[in-house]
Amino acid sequence: MHNKTIAEISRDLAAGEYSSVEITENLLSRIKQTDNRYNSFITVSEEQALAQAKAADARRAAGNADAWTGVPMAHKDIFCTNGVLTTCGSKMLSNFVAPYDATIVENFNNAGAVSLGKLNMDEFAMGSSNESSFFGAVKNPWDTDRVPGGSSGGSAAAVAAQLVPGATASDTGGSIRQPAAFCGLTGLKPTYGRVSRWGMIAYASSLDQAGTITRTAEDSAMMLNVMAGFDAKDSTCVDREVPDYTATLNNSIEGLTIGLPKEYFRSDLSAEMQQQVRNAIAEYEKMGAKVKEISLPNTHLAIPAYYIIAPAECSANLSRMDGVRFGYRCENPQDINDLYKRSRGEGFGIEVKRRIMVGAYALSAGFYDAYYKKAQQVRRLIKNDFVNAFNEVDIIMGPTTPTPAFKCGEKTADPVDMYLEDIFTIALNLAGLPGMSISCGQVNNLPVGLQLIGNYFDEGRLLNAAHKFQQSTDWHLKTPDLKNQADI
Amino acid sequence: MEWEVVIGLEIHAQLATKSKIFSGASTAYGADANTQACAIDLGLPGVLPAFNEEALRMAVKFGLAIDAEIGLKSVFDRKNYFYPDSPKGYQTTQLHHPIVGIGHIDIELEDGSSKRINVTRAHLEEDAGKSVHEGFNGMSGIDLNRAGTPLIEIVSEPEMRNAKEAAAYFRKMHSIVTYLGICDGDLSQGSMRCDCNVSLRPKGQEEFGTRTEIKNVNSFRNVERAIDAEIARQMDILEDGGKIIQETRLYDADKNETRAMRSKEVANDYRYFPCPDLLPVIIDDNYVEAVRATLPELPDAKRARFAHAHGLSAIDAAVLAANRELAHYFETAAKIANDYKLAANWVQGDVSATLNRLEISIGELAVSAEQLGRILQLIKDNTLNNGGAKEVFNALVEGKGDGSAESVDKLVDSLGLKQVSDSGAIEAIVAEVLAANPKLVEGYLATPEDKRAKAIGPFIGLVRKAAKGVNPQVVMDVLQKKLSEL
Repeated sequence: MHNKTIAEISRDLAAGEYSSVEITENLLSRIKQTDNRYNSFITVSEEQALAQAKAADARRAAGNADAWTGVPMAHKDIFCTNGVLTTCGSKMLSNFVAPYDATIVENFNNAGAVSLGKLNMDEFAMGSSNESSFFGAVKNPWDTDRVPGGSSGGSAAAVAAQLVPGATASDTGGSIRQPAAFCGLTGLKPTYGRVSRWGMIAYASSLDQAGTITRTAEDSAMMLNVMAGFDAKDSTCVDREVPDYTATLNNSIEGLTIGLPKEYFRSDLSAEMQQQVRNAIAEYEKMGAKVKEISLPNTHLAIPAYYIIAPAECSANLSRMDGVRFGYRCENPQDINDLYKRSRGEGFGIEVKRRIMVGAYALSAGFYDAYYKKAQQVRRLIKNDFVNAFNEVDIIMGPTTPTPAFKCGEKTADPVDMYLEDIFTIALNLAGLPGMSISCGQVNNLPVGLQLIGNYFDEGRLLNAAHKFQQSTDWHLKTPDLKNQADI
Repeated sequence: MEWEVVIGLEIHAQLATKSKIFSGASTAYGADANTQACAIDLGLPGVLPAFNEEALRMAVKFGLAIDAEIGLKSVFDRKNYFYPDSPKGYQTTQLHHPIVGIGHIDIELEDGSSKRINVTRAHLEEDAGKSVHEGFNGMSGIDLNRAGTPLIEIVSEPEMRNAKEAAAYFRKMHSIVTYLGICDGDLSQGSMRCDCNVSLRPKGQEEFGTRTEIKNVNSFRNVERAIDAEIARQMDILEDGGKIIQETRLYDADKNETRAMRSKEVANDYRYFPCPDLLPVIIDDNYVEAVRATLPELPDAKRARFAHAHGLSAIDAAVLAANRELAHYFETAAKIANDYKLAANWVQGDVSATLNRLEISIGELAVSAEQLGRILQLIKDNTLNNGGAKEVFNALVEGKGDGSAESVDKLVDSLGLKQVSDSGAIEAIVAEVLAANPKLVEGYLATPEDKRAKAIGPFIGLVRKAAKGVNPQVVMDVLQKKLSEL
């Protein structure tokens, strides 16, 4: 039963094929047996999961079950979970047990979902390979010599390895879409403000957005139904009606206008990657969609702007990790400055320190106008590019990443090379738009992701387009050859 | 050389909201350490601020009270610095777009004139917690109850020229925020704190001298003393040809001196930037007008009304209007008695003296405004003479009375203070006194006519001793009549 989707499990539970406790036990034992290969979980909350599963079965027996009752899933370790370790992939929070639930965690609990535990991630969500986690790198189930992508690498690897049918994730510059692409999965980053950020440990507040990694668009829609909505605890959350995202999955896409940004099909994008993406577009044309070349002229400015804004925000967001009230504290501090310096020096990893320093520099007196202010101006230009594009097209498509999953260690020595990984994904976060990645082909037996970009709050259309593709192709059904991997 | 003093004040006033500026935790003072700090106040990972609109309303109210521009779009910024009582590692404040822009207040000077002081701005921000350095074996404790309490920081233009003006400005601001009910004004609990920027320059020079900032002065008296001490210190240095170092200083009230706290030579870089967790605060003219409609009568207007409509002296009007509770007490009593001048004399006299003697505030006085009003009524209808009135008042101060106006009448009865104005009764007493003191009568009769007015004094004393509460004017009339008949 581990290879089932959320929708299938939901139907099976309703049909009494198996109980929530049974599938929960099944997945827990699978995690125990195989996750040492992928390292996708930081914490497995077995006891809590079984208690939730039992409660769900009881609820079903009492006739009060709905779509999510008893369905297993797991949370990225960036979301605070009451009473369960929440580390954000960092030594700094390696002992932090949150005293409260993130809003989306609460939503899933209330919906009756069963949380199997907390998923590995790049430290404080900073990374594109899940190699910066204090709890060790995560491996890609398609090839354990390769990275799963990041920062939601644990979420992607766990779903690809069929340890959970779906997982929450977060995306600040591509952290959902890139790992989904690398692991052959469906990733959804909603519009900024669609899902509450309360309880999601902040990396870059104006860019962070919670989303999902699943195997199908249908499952993404089921997850978004639980997550989306207004939350007074998050001032940037938008008070806007939440449609039933599963209701529009099968709408016709006849006449849908797809924009292909010429900047996303650059000459240095490999012919194989281009081909996979073009094949997918052709599939859409077969379904009646129209294709139009568009331009997003400021695309090349997205990475530089992002690497000012995100570090600037993180430099302040991570100041609270000071060793005073929670988290890691150095041994025998001599005075308050020693406590700060050593707790932070020892508690943070190299990438986090790099970004804090870049951010502090960009915000410092005399540089603010040249960097932070300028980056915000560029951000407006990038947003305008999309606003203009959506006057002409309904949806924008292109590759999610420049390459399929790269080798572990390949890019760790050169941070800029790593940052370029997010060239196609980052602009959306700057604009606040929703985006998805769905598996659309393979290069060298590795999955290739197709990115779908929607207009503000147009998640319904994105999910619809993704679902239609998955109805007419089977790339999303392809799974890594888990059996062939040793000791399984 | 002749020096000119330049003073600017930054006043922090805690807003009297029930909950904190970005969380639902209570702002009440005096709870056990860290019992009024929720996850947001503790700066736990993952929490987010939600702006308390009551703080906005109060800040706008303040802006309107000082005739200031109101920021229709104000923006919260993060001011970054590490300190243990600043749980997030930054303070949320307003740098470029404060809620209150340029405004002004008028202060009254000792010579009776007034001076306008411009206010540069007032912005909303969150208060920090407190570090506690005693009782932790050489370590420090942190109490975050105060963290997140809303503040307005009111920044003046450097337009004050001596310590008295600065103290008058602080007093006036205190008066305004307490009138508005947006701050409890309790200086001893730190509800209002004042930073004083002081510099000297040769008279006639336009350029400012190097300033120092005296942090966290928390009483009117200390503002004046601290500034005077700092002026003296700076003048000594400058007269000796030395240079003032720009720095933060603390005032030691016991030694009456300021001393260096930390050097600001290398200015702190707070790396301000707009807080991405909070939306810009947008209000419109309708909002502002709705707040304006809730403004109470302010000290200046009240002072003018006391003076012009009710004939009080400028000084009486100023003193009585300065404190909202005192003004309310005064005016309640004055209306009952229908006599503002008489009420002013009493409030400035016996009431103020009692407050000073007992070191209490008007709210704690056992004599209610209604009771004072009743006493004044009884003076006016000749039921009480001045002495009797004071006796009733003092009895009430000592707790003999239940706060009601009726208890005044009961006390007058039980103490036998009702003034006797019936000339028949007084004639009988006078006759008794004259009969009992023949020598005094002889002496009086031997006194020349033109000196008799003074010689009548002892008789009055004797009559009043013999019968409490006699109307002195009637006694005088009867005495003069009886003695002239002898």
